[in-house]
Amino acid sequence: MIEIQHIKFRYPRSEFELIVQQLSIAKGEKVAVVGPSGSGKTTLLNLISGISIPRSGSIRINDGSISGMSDGQRRDFRIANIGMVFQQFELVEYLKTLDNIMLPYLINSSLQSSSSKRQEAKELAEQVGLGDKLNRYPGKLSQGEQQRVAICRALITRPQLILADEPTGNLDPKNKKTILDILFQQCESKNQTLIVVTHDMNILDGFDRVIDFEQFRVATSDTAVSEGVET
Amino acid sequence: MGWLRLAIKYIAYHKFKSLILIACIFLTAFLPIAIGLLLQQFNQKIVARATETPIVIGAKGSRLDLTLHTLYFKTPIDETIPFSHVRDIRDTEWANPIPVYSKFTAKDFPIVGTNLDYFDFRGLRLEAGNGLVTLGDCVIGSKVWEKTRIGIGETLISDRENLLDIGGSTPLKMHVRGILKTTDTPDDWCVFVDLKTAWIIEGLGHGHQELADVADEESDLKILNRDDEKIVASAAVRPYLEINDSNIDSFHFHGETKDFPISSIIAVAPDKKSETLLIGRYQAGVDDAQAVIPESVVGQLMSMVFRVKQFFDANAILIAISTALLLLLVVLLSLKLRQREMDTMFKLGCSRGTILLLQVGEMAIVFLVSAVLVAFATGFVWQISGGLVQRLLLGQ
Repeated sequence: MIEIQHIKFRYPRSEFELIVQQLSIAKGEKVAVVGPSGSGKTTLLNLISGISIPRSGSIRINDGSISGMSDGQRRDFRIANIGMVFQQFELVEYLKTLDNIMLPYLINSSLQSSSSKRQEAKELAEQVGLGDKLNRYPGKLSQGEQQRVAICRALITRPQLILADEPTGNLDPKNKKTILDILFQQCESKNQTLIVVTHDMNILDGFDRVIDFEQFRVATSDTAVSEGVET
Repeated sequence: MGWLRLAIKYIAYHKFKSLILIACIFLTAFLPIAIGLLLQQFNQKIVARATETPIVIGAKGSRLDLTLHTLYFKTPIDETIPFSHVRDIRDTEWANPIPVYSKFTAKDFPIVGTNLDYFDFRGLRLEAGNGLVTLGDCVIGSKVWEKTRIGIGETLISDRENLLDIGGSTPLKMHVRGILKTTDTPDDWCVFVDLKTAWIIEGLGHGHQELADVADEESDLKILNRDDEKIVASAAVRPYLEINDSNIDSFHFHGETKDFPISSIIAVAPDKKSETLLIGRYQAGVDDAQAVIPESVVGQLMSMVFRVKQFFDANAILIAISTALLLLLVVLLSLKLRQREMDTMFKLGCSRGTILLLQVGEMAIVFLVSAVLVAFATGFVWQISGGLVQRLLLGQ
């Protein structure tokens, strides 16, 4: 599913350089990437999703090279294959729940919205317990509910890969479990690959693999990076 | 068109903030437009009326006051001229002189004393009833009828000049004989009477019981002195307040009508040469009167008004620039506040172009709504500007 080979990435005017020699993630696999803040976990997700481009090396997803694509192709690839969940939920404040779930269809001309798709969004919302909150603005939802909306938004395009950046970072323990259960359940039911970045070591149960990203990272010291430790 | 839907939803969600922006743009754009429209209408109306009035002759003094008084009957003038000027002009045969005497009001509408030539000159036609026939008759403009609902056969009483001046003019109960068709000119707001009726209101003519017929039992009360030549009446002999068939013969004027006052004369010359001769006569040799060409006087007035307007225009431009800068600041601050929202959209696959389109779309909607409001308001002002300007000119 995902093959990363010898990538190097550095933000402009930054001393930090992320180097990943080799990383493979299989289709349907549920992977947790853990490590301290600043270790490059989020950068890794940005590279996989094509938001950032490595200076060298290759990232292949389903035999397609992300790093070799143009901006437009990467965007189209992202729309078609990747769903994203963020720590701060990043819901649009002026859209109600249903419209927030349907946001990818509002902002991408390559995705065609339809009544059946809206129906699907409603069903998805029902499945995560938001059936009675479709007409509420994000400001009227709890944090756990907001993250569930964000998950529905990531799932509505039926992506093959879900990238979640600290999806439980702002949630209480009960909501953390609920959100992870929803993610696992949805990914398993559709055989979707799930990569969750977190620094919370208490939520690692249920993942197929946990990668300690600290061992992957090479900062300015140009230390070689090898395959992470499986737990 | 998802971006458009998003833009509309953004505006709808932030309706109060959007309304403030719309109000800013609306006021900045609308006020100069409205002032320009009103001024255009004002210019059109006043110039049209002035152009239709070739020469005005009146007492020396403010040319503008004389012109405005003769055209609109509202601006008061201090000095009058004697009626003899009408005869003098008629004798020269250079113009047909139409006298105008407008000093009094009835229910606050100006009473215009004139002759029948005025109606032909202004093209005034009757909507109902008849024209002026006898003393004490009046013909009212359409707006006077609209406002007072005093119809044909009813009476209209002239206003007392000063409630505290009991020795002043006596109110006259006038008979409404006709109602004029609407002309959208100041004539719609006037009560027209014969010049002699106006002089009766002035107190120059009156009617009362014939003193020679006063019975002996009343003579002590009503007659102060009686000899072969004259009879001196006391204040107990009250003048008639209404002219009717039974008392019309008792109405009479004291003094020579040639000395009676008129506000001005509209002189209608048959040709340019006569017009020039008439103006030349008044410029050269008449001490107590002047001849003015209303078109020229109004032209001077309007050129001054338009010069003042240039300052307003410059002011409006500066306000527009400052509003535009403030709007720019608001947009930039809004973009900064919404940076994360835009980043999220980008991460979800939205192109930079669509994000730009969304932001431009939001502003475009605000401008569009403002423009529509400006268009409606301008249309409304256009609709009412005629009446508004008329009221402004008439001081109603």
